[in-house]
Amino acid sequence: MKVLVPVKRVIDYNVKVRVKADGSGVDLANVKMSMNPFDEIAVEEAIRLKEAGKADEVVAVSIGVKQAQETLRTALAMGADRAILVVAADDVHEDIEPLAVAKILAKVVEEEQPGLVLAGKQAIDNDMNATGQMLSALLGWSQGTFASELDIDGDKAVVTREVDGGLQTINVTMPAIITVDLRLNEPRYASLPNIMKAKRKPLDEKTAADYGVDTTPRLAVVSTAEPEARAAGIIVGSVDELVEKLKEAGAV
Amino acid sequence: MQYGLTEEQEMIAATVRSFVENEIYPHEDLVERTGEVPAEIAQEIKQKTLDLGFYACNFPESVGGAGLSHMDFAIVERELGRGSMALNHFFGRPQNILMACDGDQVDRYLMPAVRGEKMDALAMTEPGAGSDVRGMKCSAVRDGGDWVLNGTKHFISGADHADFFIVFVATGEDHTPRGPKKRITTFLVDRGHPGFTVRDGYKSVSHRGYKNMILEFDDCRLPDAQVLGEVDGGFEVMNTWLYATRITVATMCVGRARRVFDYALDYAAQREQFGQPIGKFQGIGFQIADMITEIDAADLLTLAAADRLDKGLPSNREIASAKLYASEMLARVTDAAIQVHGGMGLMDDFPLERFWRDARVERIWDGTSEIQRHIIARDLLRPLGA
Ligand SMILES: Cc1cc2nc3c(=O)[nH]c(=O)nc-3n(C[C@H](O)[C@H](O)[C@H](O)COP(=O)(O)OP(=O)(O)OC[C@H]3O[C@@H](n4cnc5c(N)ncnc54)[C@H](O)[C@@H]3O)c2cc1C
Ligand SMILES: Cc1cc2nc3c(=O)[nH]c(=O)nc-3n(C[C@H](O)[C@H](O)[C@H](O)COP(=O)(O)OP(=O)(O)OC[C@H]3O[C@@H](n4cnc5c(N)ncnc54)[C@H](O)[C@@H]3O)c2cc1C
Repeated sequence: MKVLVPVKRVIDYNVKVRVKADGSGVDLANVKMSMNPFDEIAVEEAIRLKEAGKADEVVAVSIGVKQAQETLRTALAMGADRAILVVAADDVHEDIEPLAVAKILAKVVEEEQPGLVLAGKQAIDNDMNATGQMLSALLGWSQGTFASELDIDGDKAVVTREVDGGLQTINVTMPAIITVDLRLNEPRYASLPNIMKAKRKPLDEKTAADYGVDTTPRLAVVSTAEPEARAAGIIVGSVDELVEKLKEAGAV
Repeated sequence: MQYGLTEEQEMIAATVRSFVENEIYPHEDLVERTGEVPAEIAQEIKQKTLDLGFYACNFPESVGGAGLSHMDFAIVERELGRGSMALNHFFGRPQNILMACDGDQVDRYLMPAVRGEKMDALAMTEPGAGSDVRGMKCSAVRDGGDWVLNGTKHFISGADHADFFIVFVATGEDHTPRGPKKRITTFLVDRGHPGFTVRDGYKSVSHRGYKNMILEFDDCRLPDAQVLGEVDGGFEVMNTWLYATRITVATMCVGRARRVFDYALDYAAQREQFGQPIGKFQGIGFQIADMITEIDAADLLTLAAADRLDKGLPSNREIASAKLYASEMLARVTDAAIQVHGGMGLMDDFPLERFWRDARVERIWDGTSEIQRHIIARDLLRPLGA
């Protein structure tokens, strides 16, 4: 079975984000970029499937700017077998919307014929949480979202999902789209031999036009603002004082 | 020199950095408090490093290393420099000098060192012979077919964890027009060998938990099979293999300085006095500017020296410049970082006082600043007959 893993290049989770002066978005110039952490978990899971003999090839795909090549190399260094870069934007500030990404992925799936698509549940930059679901709709494949446990058993996948109030376990029929949550696994470090090998692994470069997908945005960002700074807390001396303060604040 | 890192080098840097942040940083406070690395933590770091193929990455592939270039290795060391020396010791990088192993020494020392089964330590310095290595008193004399060693070595790093030692001792004296000159031979000595004891050393202000010990040889008898390289060939062994270790000191200083800098930059942006972030006062902003300029300069100087080594160019002076400048830069940067933090910089709530203490040794070991300046000046002046 072939596993396709879409990976997105996003602002590194350690970076303190800054809103651009014109409020059009987050400033990404000269900022450290990394693989979306949920996608890293997806890559890890795919490699584990391969190590367990349940998959025979792991293909990473990224859609975005040319620099996403670095993200793909990281996936290759972790252990993916090959990569596909779909260049769909020139400017790092141009985000490709989930529907366009899903349409391109649908074409890649048509071409690659994977048995499973493992994706992050969302990207940490815009938190859309939509690409996996849209891809499932476009392909007519089953979906298992927010996976915290995954067991592939022949033509069936057993997915434990983290939902409000607990865990839900579902069976989905393969081929399927599984989107992964934080607790599924802990991604490995790239090993030194794999880092050295990554450069020699194939990385195909395509464009959105190659797949005939129009990536023109359908959404307009009206404004982006920093979250309001939280006011400092106070330390109260007793429960009575706490209750009094809460009353003053109209909270009780 | 080609500017900028290759994709592999960027990935090596990112991987080692994230390893240090996740596997080393969390244990640092414990090591600082206790001055010890618990055995299970040491083992865990070693095993993870082995699993990732980074253990002994400074060795050629032919013996099971990763065959990194000097430049690649400098990048590994730079990122390791961010973390505690005591803990990083187990991200094993055995002495390259072990490549001089011959015959069954390969299976007894070289291979086990590369596989992480045995750890090594290197002993040159003596109470009476520091910068002046040739002044060493530790000696070996022939007795039957064997050698008998007597003398004391001190300041020997990693001796607490070492299974064997690479020891330099005097094996005779030549008379030259410039006076008597010691001949030196390198020996491999196993821990626990009769006549050889390892004693606790001194408490150092720098790098808590990275201990230095005292080695004593008292009629310690060794066969010829323990000679590393040629008899009386100690200087050749030294010059061939120890030449590059100063790059390690330099590049670790750069990595640590970058970690320190991040604290200073952050604090300068957050801390407000007189109604604004202190970084907006020129007195602080200019210190920040000088810090990053010096760090970048030291980084480039060090990578340029490593690049020269990779190209097989003479690099003694360039390495000396890198070691000298990077270690002195780190002293200035750690001092300035404390200044930016005001009183809090001195308190052990922040690691800045630790970085400041740790920085002190870098101007002393692997050749003091004075010795590096001496090398640089000699390299330039000797061809002019001065
Ligand atoms: C924590 C620690 C760990 C160490 N680990 C090891 C180890 O693992 N193995 C090992 O073999 N050694 C080790 N060393 C020894 C280290 O390499 C020596 O400390 C160093 O070479 C300096 O020697 P010294 O301390 O005896 O100082 P000295 O040589 O006595 O120097 C004293 C001062 O005189 C100056 N000086 C000396 N000669 C000259 C000159 N010709 N011109 C101008 N100034 C001069 C020096 O620069 C210095 O300022 C370690 C040292 C320390 C502190
Ligand atoms: C061991 C110790 C004992 C002490 N004992 C006492 C005590 O008994 N009683 C007491 O009242 N205090 C005491 N202090 C406090 C001491 O006086 C302060 O630490 C000192 O005034 C600096 O203040 P700060 O530490 O808050 O640093 P900050 O004022 O926050 O300064 C941080 C950095 O910003 C710089 N900076 C600030 N403003 C400007 C500016 N306008 N332009 C340029 N640079 C600027 C500073 O020079 C410094 O480099 C003690 C401090 C220490 C460390």
